[in-house]
Amino acid sequence: MSSIEFRDLEVRFGKRMAVRGFTDTVRSGEWLGLIGPNGAGKSSILRAIVGVVPSRGEVIVDGASMALRSRSRRAALVAYVPQDPLMPSDMTGFEYALLGRAPFVGYFGSESRHDRAMVGDVLDRLELSEFADRKLGQLSGGERQRLVIARALATEAPILLLDEPTSALDIGHQQQALELVARLRREHGLTVISAMHDLTLAGLYSDRLALLHEGTVVASGVPEQVLRPETLAEFYGVRVTVHREPDGTIVVIPRRDAMN
Amino acid sequence: MNVEQHGDRRFRVGWAPASVLAVVLAVLLGSMIGPAGPVWWRVPLALLDHLPLLSIDSGVSDREWSIIWNIRMPRVVLAGLVGAMLSVGGASYQGVFRNPLVDPYLLGAAAGAGLGATLMIAIWDDVGSSWPVDPVPAVAFVFALAAVAVTYLVGASFGGIRTTSTLVLAGVAMVSLLTAMQTFVLQRNSDVVREVYSWILGRVSTAQWDDVRLVLPYVTVSCVVLFFHRRQLDLLRVGDDEAITLGVPVTRVRLIVVIAATLGTAAVVAVSGLIGFVGLVVPHMVRLIAGASYRRVVPLTVAFGAAFLILADIPGRMLTAPAELPIGVVTAFVGAPFFIVLLRTREITR
Repeated sequence: MSSIEFRDLEVRFGKRMAVRGFTDTVRSGEWLGLIGPNGAGKSSILRAIVGVVPSRGEVIVDGASMALRSRSRRAALVAYVPQDPLMPSDMTGFEYALLGRAPFVGYFGSESRHDRAMVGDVLDRLELSEFADRKLGQLSGGERQRLVIARALATEAPILLLDEPTSALDIGHQQQALELVARLRREHGLTVISAMHDLTLAGLYSDRLALLHEGTVVASGVPEQVLRPETLAEFYGVRVTVHREPDGTIVVIPRRDAMN
Repeated sequence: MNVEQHGDRRFRVGWAPASVLAVVLAVLLGSMIGPAGPVWWRVPLALLDHLPLLSIDSGVSDREWSIIWNIRMPRVVLAGLVGAMLSVGGASYQGVFRNPLVDPYLLGAAAGAGLGATLMIAIWDDVGSSWPVDPVPAVAFVFALAAVAVTYLVGASFGGIRTTSTLVLAGVAMVSLLTAMQTFVLQRNSDVVREVYSWILGRVSTAQWDDVRLVLPYVTVSCVVLFFHRRQLDLLRVGDDEAITLGVPVTRVRLIVVIAATLGTAAVVAVSGLIGFVGLVVPHMVRLIAGASYRRVVPLTVAFGAAFLILADIPGRMLTAPAELPIGVVTAFVGAPFFIVLLRTREITR
């Protein structure tokens, strides 16, 4: 159970500002969805949290700045599922998931029996045991994506970052992967921050959305406040209809111009 | 669920003894076979006889023992050290650069040593051959280290710490530059071409215990450091960014591994010349038979690399006796077809 707070987070690539003055507090157990057009800064925020890109400002987890924590402590607090993970084709599923235990192993050490048992357990729970001894190169995109999530969960980090976790998956696997995260979040009280392109899915799973445009948050709040046709038209430059299902689900439907 | 079925259990029960056995067999074969000396089956007896607390009548004369101990053994041990170092160096370079085509000469270790040796041999007669020790290996060693240091500084300063491809390209440029300089020096001193050429082709054949003593410390330190970084090498396989999110100090690990591998490589190149192919093929052979995890690859390349080069040295002394076939020719001649066959059978059974 961990909360994460951003104070004036700023990411700069050369002269280009990818993220400007991002300030927000994600409560413990909350799911924040970052949305916005390509290049809006969604991924940069996630990458700044884990220290893959240099940033200014502060990211505070459980009251202490991430910058002041040790490398392995940071890794143990925040698990990151990248947009396009590099998965060596000759690595086995078990070896891959076991990497998630790295923050707890000393520099010269090796994984303990507990680490191995834990990874076996995670694979069991995610119904991935059959892939433990298979090579990653022999698995489908959906199976690999679930293994990436398994690796992130093996870390047992209280905060999970998902960068376009479902962009490579078909609609069935998209739902499966997100349901998995939602379930684990309920069971373990995970705090989740995701960057997503699919607005309907983002609205469906997030407690709260932040719409980014050129590095700045331009709309933030519960999904129905952010997913408005006029807001989306302004920042995505699209014409959409936002449809509300009886159960409260918000569906974003793209429209074609009548002229075409 | 039974956790034991995964991971390195296979290594514990199978590959560790197999690799030790391979080295022992290679050492035995290497010490038994040669143009002069005692009958082959007496050699193991003589070796046992010289172990402490053991006394066996091997029927080997003092002169024959001298052939075994002072001519064959240094050569076997040096070949083993060189093979182990080039193989583990190659595996480590392939790991930190995430590139299967990389060998331990990538950043200019061999080209630097080659230029250093060429310069030394070219001006050797002028300086005078009255020096107490042969300065060629020392100069080759220094040039090798300097070449890699320059490559690393240049590559890292342009590419930042995020990309390894700049470093690889800087290595390619450095190798071309050094080779051009070496060619220029050779062109100006055509009388030493033959001597330089035989230096480059490898000189395990003239090995003495002094050569072994020269490289042993470097190879030992290098192998120990690389051994302790095998788990970090596994973490680097998923990419720099993800390794960082898993808590790996990526830049530091890469630098330490490169320094360790380079130190050992420079030492063996300085003493044995340029033996190609070993650093590329042995790691891949090990990956094909024992899996790609560096926890297995690092220790196994040390053992199988040593065995490989000891065995590769045997045809070199037999086929064209009393003349010697350079070991680098044998490694490529035997290793390349063997590797292709291995690749092919693995592709089929996969």
